[in-house]
Parts: sequence; C-alpha cells; structure tokens
Amino acid sequence: MSESLKEKRSDPIIYTQLECIEGPLVALLASLSGIGFGEAVQIVDRAGNVRHGRVALLDDKRVTIEVFQGTAGLAMGGERTRFLGRPITLNLDVSIIGRRLNGMGEPIDGGPPLAGEAREISGTVINPTARSYPDEFIQTGITGIDVMNALVRGQKLPIFSSSGLPHDRLAIQIAQQAKIRPDLSAAVGTGTSSEQELVVVFAAIGVKHDVAVRFSEEISGRTVSFLNLADDPVMERLLTPRMALTAAEYLAFDLGLHVLVILTDMTVYGEALREVATARGDVPSRKGYPGYLYSDLASIYERAGQIKGKKGSITQLPILTMPNNDITHPIADLTGYITEGQIVLSRDLSRQGLYPPLELLPSLSRLMGDGVGEGLTYADHMPLMEQLYAAYARAEEVRMMTRIVGEEDLSEIDRCYLRFAQLLEQRFLAQGFSEDRSIEQSLEMGWRCLGSLPAKELTRLSQDEIEQHRSMWEGADDVKAFTQEEDTGRE
Amino acid sequence: MSARIARISGSVVTCDHAELFAMGERAAVGHVGLVGEVIRLTAEYCYIQVYEDTTNLQAGEPVAPTQTPLMVELGPGLLTTIYDGIQRPLDVLREQSGAFILRGAEAKALSRDRQWLFEPLQEVGADLSGGALLGQVQETSAIVHKILVPPLVCGHLLKIANKGEYRLHEPIALVRKDNGQEQELYLYHHWPVRQKRPVNKRLTPDIPLITGQRIIDTLFPLAKGGTAAMPGGFGTGKTVTQHNLAKWCDADVIVYIGCGERGNEMTGVLSDFPKLADPRTGHPLIERTVMIANTSNMPVSAREASIYTGITIAEYFRDQGLDVALMADSTSRWAEALREISGRLEEMPAEEGFPAYLPTRTAEFYERAGKVQTLAGDSGSVTSIGAISPPGGDFSEPVTLHTQRFVRAYWVLDKALANARFFPAIHPLESYSEYGAELVSWWMQMSTHWQRDREELFNLLMEADELKGIVRIMGEDGLSDHQRRVLLAERVTKEGFLRQSAFNANDRYASPKKQAYLLQVIMQQVRALLGDTGTIEDARERFQLDGLIRLKDEIASDDADGILKWQDAP
Repeated sequence: MSESLKEKRSDPIIYTQLECIEGPLVALLASLSGIGFGEAVQIVDRAGNVRHGRVALLDDKRVTIEVFQGTAGLAMGGERTRFLGRPITLNLDVSIIGRRLNGMGEPIDGGPPLAGEAREISGTVINPTARSYPDEFIQTGITGIDVMNALVRGQKLPIFSSSGLPHDRLAIQIAQQAKIRPDLSAAVGTGTSSEQELVVVFAAIGVKHDVAVRFSEEISGRTVSFLNLADDPVMERLLTPRMALTAAEYLAFDLGLHVLVILTDMTVYGEALREVATARGDVPSRKGYPGYLYSDLASIYERAGQIKGKKGSITQLPILTMPNNDITHPIADLTGYITEGQIVLSRDLSRQGLYPPLELLPSLSRLMGDGVGEGLTYADHMPLMEQLYAAYARAEEVRMMTRIVGEEDLSEIDRCYLRFAQLLEQRFLAQGFSEDRSIEQSLEMGWRCLGSLPAKELTRLSQDEIEQHRSMWEGADDVKAFTQEEDTGRE
Repeated sequence: MSARIARISGSVVTCDHAELFAMGERAAVGHVGLVGEVIRLTAEYCYIQVYEDTTNLQAGEPVAPTQTPLMVELGPGLLTTIYDGIQRPLDVLREQSGAFILRGAEAKALSRDRQWLFEPLQEVGADLSGGALLGQVQETSAIVHKILVPPLVCGHLLKIANKGEYRLHEPIALVRKDNGQEQELYLYHHWPVRQKRPVNKRLTPDIPLITGQRIIDTLFPLAKGGTAAMPGGFGTGKTVTQHNLAKWCDADVIVYIGCGERGNEMTGVLSDFPKLADPRTGHPLIERTVMIANTSNMPVSAREASIYTGITIAEYFRDQGLDVALMADSTSRWAEALREISGRLEEMPAEEGFPAYLPTRTAEFYERAGKVQTLAGDSGSVTSIGAISPPGGDFSEPVTLHTQRFVRAYWVLDKALANARFFPAIHPLESYSEYGAELVSWWMQMSTHWQRDREELFNLLMEADELKGIVRIMGEDGLSDHQRRVLLAERVTKEGFLRQSAFNANDRYASPKKQAYLLQVIMQQVRALLGDTGTIEDARERFQLDGLIRLKDEIASDDADGILKWQDAP
C-alpha cells in the first residue's frame, strides 16, 4: 500500500538517461528496483520545464512512462526523471470549493497551490454492500426529465448529444435548477440538509475555450472546475475526470455535501484513451478502441452513488457527443451499458426550434422506478409516464406511416395520436432556458396531453386512474385551444 | 530460492522461477499477497493474472506458490451472502475496511465463528462413497443444507458427531479410506472452481422452470437444467428481466452473478430481496439466494473468475438434490475480461480481438448446466441463464453468435419494444426455445387448451407481423375488415398477455394456472373476434377487449379461477 511505500523511500529516485521515445511514451533502460506500477513521475527537460507522467509498464529491464504533456522537445540525454514514490494524487481540503484548476489539478485561477491531504486519483471501489440504493428524486425543473426520465440522487445519467445541439445549455440549466424536494418525501427525518444547493464539480475534457468559459460563468456559487481545453495535452485528459471525481468523493463522503459532477465531453476522453492505447501497442477491438474501454469508462462512471452512513452523494451527469449521431458508436454504446440510463438529444427536434430537444423514445432513467411514486413524488407518476411513453411510441409509428400514405388516409384514432404528439412536444417538452417547473406543474401538463386521446386508448392506466384525472383534461382549455390553433394554422 | 516479479502489465504479472509453479495454481503476489492465478508457463517465466489492482506493485517483489488451484469454500453460510468474484464475502470486507474495498483484503468465504445445528443421518460403520449423505443443517428457514461426503472421498465411517452445534472447523465425521488412511470430514469442503463436480449421469430436462413471466413460460419456456441466453442492447431490460427471473422463478436456490455490471444494481438486489417473499414458500427471497458481485470497476480478472465461482456454488447445491437457477449478468463482460487478459498475454486475437478459445470457454460454461442424477442418486439441476450485451446492439458479434450455439432457449430483447416501454421486451418472433415441445405434457395438465391456444397465438403474431408490413406501405385502409380484426386481435394479445409489469403487484408474477387460463380466455375472445362479421369500429366494446387487457392487472396470481369467472360473466 502507499503508506508502506513511502516509509521505504523518502527521497525521490532520479535518473538522467532515456532510452527510447515513442509517441507519448518514453522508456528508461535500467533495472530499477523500488519503482511501483502506476507510480507518478516528473520529467524535467533541458529547458527546466516539468512534465508529469506515470509508469505504464514495468519489467526487469526497463520502465515505460506515459508523459501527460507529450514528448515533443524531449531528448535522450540531459533530462532528469524523478520517480515520486507514490501514484498520482490530488491535495484536498475544504478550500477547494470555488477553485479553478487545469486538467492536472494545478490552479489556474491565480490562487495558492492546493493544500490538504493527498489522495490517489484512481480511486477505490465502493463495496456494493456499503452503497445505499439511490431513491431520492431530484427535481431538475425540466418536464421531459422529471416526468419521463427522473433523475435520482446518486445516479449516473449521461446526456447523449451531437455537435451543435444545446447539451451545454441543458447541463447548465440542470445544474442551476436541480434540487431535492424534502416536502414530497414521506420519510421522516431527512432534515433540512436536503435543501442545500448541490455543489457542482465540473470537468472539461478537451472542450472548446468558450464552452469552458460559459460553464464557469453560468454555474455560479459553489463550484470546483477542472479545465482541460481542446488545445491542452491529450494525455492529461485521462486524468481530468479522475481528478474531478477524487474531489467529488472528498466533498461528498468527507464533507457530507451533495455533489453534481458534470463531465464533458466523454467522447474526447475515449479518443485520448485510444491514442494512448495505440501508442502502447494494445490490441484494438471496435473502431480501434482498446478492449479495456468498458472497464476504463466504468472506473469513472462507477464513482457515483451514495454510501450508507455518510451524508453526501455523488450524482453524475456526463455529456458525450455521438460522432455522426451514431448511438452504436463504442463510447456511447459502452457508456449506455454502464450508466443508469441516458438522456438523448434529437437533431430533428432541435431543428424545429424546440428546447430542450429531448428524444424521448431512446431516453431512459433506470432508477426512476424506485425514485418516484407514492411517498417519493406522486402515486400517479409511474402510470402516467408509462402511458405517455406508450402513446408517444404509437404516435411515432403513425408519423412514419403518414410519411408514406399521407395524412388523408389516416383513421380518426391515428389523427388523435398525431395531435397528441404535437401537444406533447410543443407544450410538455418545450420550455424556456430559465423556466423552472415544479413536478406538480409537470405532471399536470402530462395529464392534459393525454386529454387529446379517447379514454379507451389509455390501456396502460387503470379505470381508477382515468377517473381520478378525468377532470384534468376534460375541459382542459389549452388542449382545445391548441387543437384549434393547429387546425387554423394548417390552412 | 523464491520467485520475483519481473514484469507488470495491468492485471498480468510475470515472475521468474517458473519451475516453482503449476498451471492454474493460485499464487500470492507481492508483499501484500494479492491473489493471482498462473495462466501461462514458459521456460523462464511464469505469467499470473492478478485478481486485484496492481498499482504500486514493484518489480522484484516476491511471488509465492500456494500448491492449490483457485478454490471455493462450499458449506453452510453461502446463502444470503454476497461475494466478490473470488468468493471474498463483501460484508466482512466492509467490516474490516469500511465503505471502500482495499487491496490485499482477506476474509474467509464462510464464517468460522458461526455455529450450525448439525443433525447426523448416518450410522457409524456405514460404507460411504463421494456424495453420500452425512447429515443436515437448517441453513435458512427456506433451505435445509445437506452435508455430503466430498465427491472424491470414499471409505468406512468410523465416527460421526452427535446432533449439536458445530463450527465449520470442527470435524463432524471420520472415515477410513480404502487405502487405510483416515480423514476427518467437516461441514464444508473446498473445490477448484474450474473443475466441474462429478455426477452419476445426466438426465433429460423435462420439467419447466416456472418464471412467472408469461412470455417466457408460455411462448419460450425453459426447462429445469436448461440453458438460456438473453441478448439485448443497453436499455432493453436485460437486468430487470434477470432480476424478475431471480425473484419469481421456482428454483430452490438462486445464484446471481453480477459480472461487470453496475454497483447500484447489486445494492438494489440486496435491498429488495430481503423484503420480497418467495411466491411458493413465503420465505424472504434472500434466504434462497447466493450473490456474486464483481461490478464493472472491480478488477477485470476477478470478473473472469466470478462466472466459475458462481457455477461451482450452483453445482454444489445441485448435488444436494436441489434445483438451482444461475443468472449471469452479463456474460459479455466475462468475455471481455478474457479478451483483456488475452491481450496482455499478447496472444493472437481471432474475431474482434477476442481470443480463439472464446467458443470453447463459452461451451464449457453452459455445459455445466443440466439436470442430473447426483452421486447420492437424487435428481438435481442447474439452469443457466446468461445475459449478453452485444456492442451496438449488433447480434452478429462473436459473443452472441457463439453463445447462441450452446444454449437452447434464446430470448431476443428488442430495442423498439423497450423504447415503447413494452416490457418484457422479448421479441415474440425472433426468440425461440427448443424446450417448448418437451414441456407440452406438463402444461396440458394446467389447461387442456394450452397447446392449441399457444399455436394459435404464434400464428396470430406472425400473420399480424406480415400485415404490418403491408400497412407500412399502403396504410390501414389497404386492409380488409378481417385483416384489421387480426391486427386488433394481435394488439389485445400483446397488451393483455405478453406485456407484464414488474411494478404491478398482481401482474409481476403469474402462476402457471393464471397464465394458462388467461391465455385460454384471451384466445377464446380472439377466436370470436376473428370469426365476427359485424363492424370493426365497435368490436372493442362488443368483445369487451379493454376489460380483457386489464384482466391480468386486476386478478391476483393466486386467484387464477377468477379469470375463468370473467369468461362466464358476460
């Protein structure tokens, strides 16, 4: 363990000869004892600049090091390589809140160096028996998420997006509006701590400069930012999310805060991993990504959750852009297998000017079933969600058919479904950048949308549920008004 | 002379003095003694896959052979416990080191402190062979744990303990083996995970494993001792289906392997199962369950081992004459672990980077399922159900293809159904089960209409699928009235029979009687509807189809006769 290592070796080991430089990797030819796998390394080049690295491969003849700032400018002789006798760490104490750091965890806000206890950034596995199952609803104020794909505290729910879609906008809105509603919970003694605003840990992984600035400016208040920008060294990107999560774990499980971690863009992370794997000569699997991409992504995403007996929580909101809108791309695909659902953004809806452009059918929140319903939100939440989904899926089929046979040949029922889909998108999904809807408002809107369908179509609801909510849509003025608008608008 | 670490590459460590080690031997790696297994020997070097994170390990640290292969402990205390991939009890680790798992942590799989009330069932002087009954322990309220002579031991019983409380390390019997040696027997024994446990002979699986899921039991049934695979892209409900099977299937013991999946899911099982009651016995589900959790962020080589740990435990309960169901979620992650280790060994990859021995390993795993006559002459079974996570939802990838060859039930999870929140999202036309024909006689005892109803349901689904193709091109107006009735009938069977809600207390488990009667009533209405000559517009009301669709939600699973009453009511 790291303690025993430190005792053994108080002084860093220094070497001056590099044997081979290849891509981001350098090798030292030496039979080195006392060097650990994964150990942090500093290389001081001839200009006196310090580069950081990590031991990637170790055998009895040589040591291979990954250099995070790249190898450009390194030469075979004259460099000083220091082995630090510990894995890569981040210093943490309470003063980290509000800091702006680069992808390696070094301050770029002009403040003092980080103080406090050094923590390994690779993290340790949370024992599944120590986890506490996430079941506390987070109100994001966004109807399409709250009603249809509710976010739960301790969940990891990625946003699957593409270039040019407003995923940053959405992430910022969620970060600003997200809150726990203790008044909904039947559980006694959740206390007022729940009402605390979430602390945001923001990790920019290879994002454009203006995106990073926008995040830093708009998520005001209690934020820690780790910024690796598009022109920063590629290798650093492998560290950035781990730095951020190490900070998040400290805030959540040591300080007892509720933390929302935004990681953007995970696709860039995956590409960095591929670059390094290729340089190492790892056997590629799909699209050149290494076979361990799944395990590697899991070591990031699985660092979300809640722990029994600890107050805080880590909720993750990773953002990834699907190259060519392809949801089967390895990064989106493997992310979907690890995370607890996904929010998918649609280019079609975005083109129609709809915000947030949530593509409902492929979106999913796996933990929703346990985080909503009686005593958590409302008893009618789940059945309403299922009915809306079933009806919207049917409406999409009708739309597909309309494209071929035209609207004239549709049956009356099918027309109802088309109107329902319109209503759902324009009234229920669409909302303003700063419109913060309560779950009560959102649910009511959902029921009103169902009003455009005849009651006998609502097969996912029980008779009781239909009767209870009949008043909500019968005479729902906006439905009628909307239907008329539509009819006149079509002329 | 001792071996030293020469090379470290991720989870694979190489050491010198290869002559000290044997293939498959367990090794203690480094000063902290990480658990490893020998996977390759060359003249000079020994390659070891390490079941824990190798960060901080240094070249030159010692590696010690242990003279034993990777073993599991089998005995009372397995049930209700959650283990990691190499059978370390996670709750004990948590007591030792808190919420996070530390490297090099060590804990016995079975508690040595706990006392078990042993009841002897043999007399001194008996000649016993492997698998013979020694006595029993009431392990949980649900399961009587039979204490058997370990498979490869046989001899003359010299001593057996009286009824009383014993700890695992206290001998309960003494036998003199044929070679004259005496051996003490305990409540538990060890068994190498990669070696299948011997049986007398294999039997034909001919009794259904009732899962309570209508689409499985009625359309694509699984027999006790059978094998099934469930491929599906992410979000199609593999895990939810696996959980439902683990909750409601009528096996005596469940072994649930979370192989490279989410930590929160295992936590969900841990918090759900103690609260839910087994529909047959009324005991909490946790009392018949053994869990193995090797979540996606745990070391990849332990993920590879977790499948074998699980199946060995399953075989152990089978040898007691029990029906065991094993769920592995997901076998793709196990195959990826194979691939990763193979890559570290620099082996020549076959398809998509997977090693050439992937099909062999897959076959070996599924072949350990089966209905058998145990060494003691009882009948027991292991049913294996593996989830597959094909990358990009592409079913032509190696793991899906190879698995399909070695299983007899194949449940395809469909993205479009899942998107419409139609669960279980098992595609009714692409899935199949080879057990259907063998189980007919069993089902006919439930309802004499069963075979006919089932065949008509299949035909209806196929006909409707063809018609939908026409609708997609011509619109519904291009159909005749009869064809429109077929589509309506299909919708009724899908919504009223195939769809099943995991959240509705009446619907989440359907007893075989409820399934058979519901099918009978629905198909009867469907026949009437298809033979109808009236207008289609009011057919829904006339045939009370909406009521028919809600029947499954309104009638409890133990009130199957209520369904037949509905039929009589109108």
